[in-house]
Amino acid sequence: MTETMRLDGIRAGRLGPEDLARNFSDLHPRFTDHEALVAADRCYFCHDAPCVTACPTDIDIPLFIRQIATGMEDAAAKTIFEQNILGGMCARVCPTETLCEEVCVREVAEGKPVEIGRLQRFATDSMMEAGEHPFARAPETGRRVAIVGAGPAGLSCAHRLAMLGHAVTIYDAREKPGGLNEYGIAQYKTPGRFAQAEVDWLLKIGGITVETGRAIGEGQTLEGLRAKHDAVFLGIGLGGVGALGLEGEALGGTENAVDFIAALRQHEDLTQLPIGRNVVVIGGGMTAVDAAVQSKLLGAENVTIAYRRARDRMPASRWEQDLAASHGVRLVFGVIPQALHGSDRLREVELAYVDPDMAPTGETFRLPADQLFRAIGQKLVAVEGLSLEGGKIAVTGTGRTSVEGVWAGGDCAAGGEDLTVTAVAKGRDAAMDIHAALTDGRA
Amino acid sequence: MADLTTDFVGIRSPNPFWLASAPPTDKEYNVRRAFEAGWGGVVWKTLGAEGPPVVNVNGPRYGAIYGADRRLLGLNNIELITDRPLETNLEEMARVKADYPDRALIASIMVPCEEAAWKAILPRVMETNADGIELNFGCPHGMSERGMGSAVGQVPEYIEMVTRWCKQYYDRAVIVKLTPNITDIRKPAAAAKNGGADAVSLINTINSITSVDLDLMSPMPTIDGKGSHGGYCGPAVKPIALSMVSEIARDPETHGLPISGIGGITTWRDAAEFMALGCGTVQVCTAAMTYGFRVVEEMKTGLSRWMDEKGYATLDDVVGRAVPNVTDWKHLNLNYVTKARIDQDLCIKCGRCYAACEDTSHQAIGMLPDRTFTVIDAECVACNLCIDVCPVENCIDMVQLAPGETDPRTGKVVEAEPADWTMHPNNPSAVAAE
Repeated sequence: MTETMRLDGIRAGRLGPEDLARNFSDLHPRFTDHEALVAADRCYFCHDAPCVTACPTDIDIPLFIRQIATGMEDAAAKTIFEQNILGGMCARVCPTETLCEEVCVREVAEGKPVEIGRLQRFATDSMMEAGEHPFARAPETGRRVAIVGAGPAGLSCAHRLAMLGHAVTIYDAREKPGGLNEYGIAQYKTPGRFAQAEVDWLLKIGGITVETGRAIGEGQTLEGLRAKHDAVFLGIGLGGVGALGLEGEALGGTENAVDFIAALRQHEDLTQLPIGRNVVVIGGGMTAVDAAVQSKLLGAENVTIAYRRARDRMPASRWEQDLAASHGVRLVFGVIPQALHGSDRLREVELAYVDPDMAPTGETFRLPADQLFRAIGQKLVAVEGLSLEGGKIAVTGTGRTSVEGVWAGGDCAAGGEDLTVTAVAKGRDAAMDIHAALTDGRA
Repeated sequence: MADLTTDFVGIRSPNPFWLASAPPTDKEYNVRRAFEAGWGGVVWKTLGAEGPPVVNVNGPRYGAIYGADRRLLGLNNIELITDRPLETNLEEMARVKADYPDRALIASIMVPCEEAAWKAILPRVMETNADGIELNFGCPHGMSERGMGSAVGQVPEYIEMVTRWCKQYYDRAVIVKLTPNITDIRKPAAAAKNGGADAVSLINTINSITSVDLDLMSPMPTIDGKGSHGGYCGPAVKPIALSMVSEIARDPETHGLPISGIGGITTWRDAAEFMALGCGTVQVCTAAMTYGFRVVEEMKTGLSRWMDEKGYATLDDVVGRAVPNVTDWKHLNLNYVTKARIDQDLCIKCGRCYAACEDTSHQAIGMLPDRTFTVIDAECVACNLCIDVCPVENCIDMVQLAPGETDPRTGKVVEAEPADWTMHPNNPSAVAAE
C-alpha cells in the first residue's frame, strides 16, 4: 500500500504507472497455441450440445473447438463469425459462466467446463490480428438502411445488412463507435483498444458509413430517418441512469457508475484519473462490479458494493462476485442507501438493512465514503412515437416496433437479457427480417 | 510382498522388467544408469559384424504420434543397429556384467545370414559373460534392405537355420526376436522353436510412416525432403503385440515356448497383461525413452502390489494365466446375452453414446428432451460402442440377461447352456450338440 492510498478525498495518482499498467492488463490473456490445443481436447463434441443451446447467438461451439484442435483456428473463427460478428468481444465480455460454460457437461460433471470463452478468443484473435475478414459483400441492392446506435446490436445488424448488399449508415451520439463495447465495459476485460480495432475490422465488409456525434433527437428525428431510408434499426441502448432520490445527492462525489467506467476507458493516463479513498457502489449488476473492481485497481483503499437483495438475487454472476471479492471489494447484501452525510463534500453513506420485501428492518450503519457510484440500472431514453413495454421499446418477432419500417434490438428493446451477446443476436436477426422485408422474400 | 525375481530360460534377474535392445541400451553409460535405476535386465543394442560399423542418418531418426497434451502414443524410428565398433561394445558389456552380476545382460546380434558370420561373433559375445543372446530378426528398416533383420524374420526357414547355428556355436540361452511384419506370427515362432531356440521375444517394430509433411509432401521423419518407412512402437502397438503373443502362447505347436513380451509396455498393468498372456519377462523401450529410466519404479511397485492384492506369490502364478481364455471366435458363447445399461447418476448427458448408436450402429439409445439417454433393449445388440465412446468410466455397463429371460430384440428365451457357432443351425458345418 502506498501512502497516497491513505489520503482522504477523491484524488489522482494513488498508484504509480507500473501498478496501474499491471492492474489494468488483460484479465484472461490469450491462450498460447499449446494451451489452446489442450483446452480444445477437453471438448467431448456433445450431441445436440447444451453449450450451443445456451449461446444467444447459437454458435456451433463443438465444431469451432474441433477446428482449433485440428490446427484450423481460422476455420474456427469463421464458424464463430457466421453467427456472431462480434465474437471477439463476446469472447472477452460474455458471462460464459452463466451461458455456454455453465451448461458444459464437464462443468456439470467436474466443475471444470471446457474454456469456451478463451478458446473463442484464441480463434477470433487469430483471424482478426491477421487482418482477414471472412465475408464478402453481395451485389448492391440499392436499398438504404439507417441504424441508430453503433453498439453491439447496431454493429451486428449493420454488418449483416451490408453483407447482404444493402447500404447502411450508422448514426451514433458518441465520439467513437462501439457503444458499451467502447464505453461500458471494464478496461481489464478489453484492453489494448480492442473495441475500436474490432469496429474497424467489422467495417471491412464495406457498404457501411459511420456518422458519430449524431444523436437522435438532435436535429435528427425518427421520421426524418424513415423518410430518407428504406428501413431503420434502433440500437440505442439505455441512456438514462436513475437517481437515488436522496438528500445530499448533489454533494460532490456522487457519480453514475457508467460515466466513471466510460471516463476510465477513455482516459489516456490513469495516473491522472481521480478516485476516492473510500468508495461505495450502489447496485448489484455487472456495472456495479466493473466500477467497484476498477476503483480498487485505481488505488481506492476501501470499496464496498451495497446491494439491496440477497446474494443469490444479485444480477452479477457468482464469478463476477468472486472476482470483486478477490480484489478486496466488500460485498454487503440486503441494504439500501438511506442518507448521504457531509457538509463540504461526501463523507459518509448511511445504509439501512431491508427485508426481502424491501421494508427497512430499522438497523442502519454508516460507511466512510469519499465517492459513491450509482449502478442501479439504466433506463431507456424514450423515442417519440414508439410503443413501450416494461420501459423498453416494444417489439414483435425479430425486432419489429410499433412503427412500420422501424426495427429495434439490444438493451433498448424488450425481451432478452441485457448482454452484449444478446444484442448481437437481436441485431443479426433484425437484419435478416429487414432483408426479407426489403427484398419481399425474393432474396 | 510378491516375489518379482525371474528365471527366464536360465537367465536370472531381480525383476521381469528388461530394457529392449534399442537406443537406451547402446552404451555402458546408459546401461549402468538403467541398472542403478532398478531395471532387471538389459538387451544391449544390436551388435553387427566385425569391421567398419554401420552409419546412421544425420537428420531426424524418430517420428511421433501424439494424443492429448502431446502425450506420446506412438514412436517410429529409422535408426540402425549400433554404429559403434564391435570391440567397444563387447568391452563395455563385459565390464557392466562384472559389476552387475545379478542383472540380466543379453547381447542382441544381427550379422549376415551366413554361418561364418555367426560362428565368428558368437565366441566374442561368450567372452563378455553375457547371459544370453537375442537374434535380431525384426528390425524392418535399413538393415532389412541388406538381407538382415526382418528380411530374415519373414522367412521361417532362415530363422530355423540361423537359430540352429547359434545353438551349435553358443552354449547359453538363445532368444529369437520376431518381426510383426508378417501374416502369421506362429510360423516364425515355430521355426525358432524347431531351430532349438530357448525363447522368442516379440514384437519388434512395425513398418510405418508416422505422418506426411504436407508442405514438403514428404513422409515423416523427413531427411532432406525424403523419408523412409520406419519401425513403429510405443503404446499404440500394444494391442497388436498382445495378439501375436497370445497366438504363440496358445498354438499347440509353440505352446510353452518361453516368451519375452515387447510392444508398448508403459505401466505395470501393461506388463501384467503381457505376462498373463504367457510372457516370462517384458521388454521396454518407448516408455523409458519418453519418461526416463525412473519409470521402472512404478512398474515394479505396481506389479508387486497388484500381485499381493490378487494373492499371487510369484510370477509363475501370473505367467500364462489368461492363455486358456484366448479362443477362436467360433467357440464364443452365443447364448451369452447382454444389454447396455446407463447409470443415470453417473451420466453427464454429453450424448456421445446416442450419436454413436444412432448414426453408426443400431439406433438402440433413446434421447428425451431433458437429455436423458436410455437403452432400447429391443434394438441393443450389446456391441459395446456406447461404452467405448462414453467419457465417464463405468457409466455404461453390459448387464447379462439371466437364463429364462426373453431377449426383447430376438424374442428368444435365453438358454442356460452355452452354445457356439460350431453347433448353430445357421452354420452349414454345424455339429449337433451331443
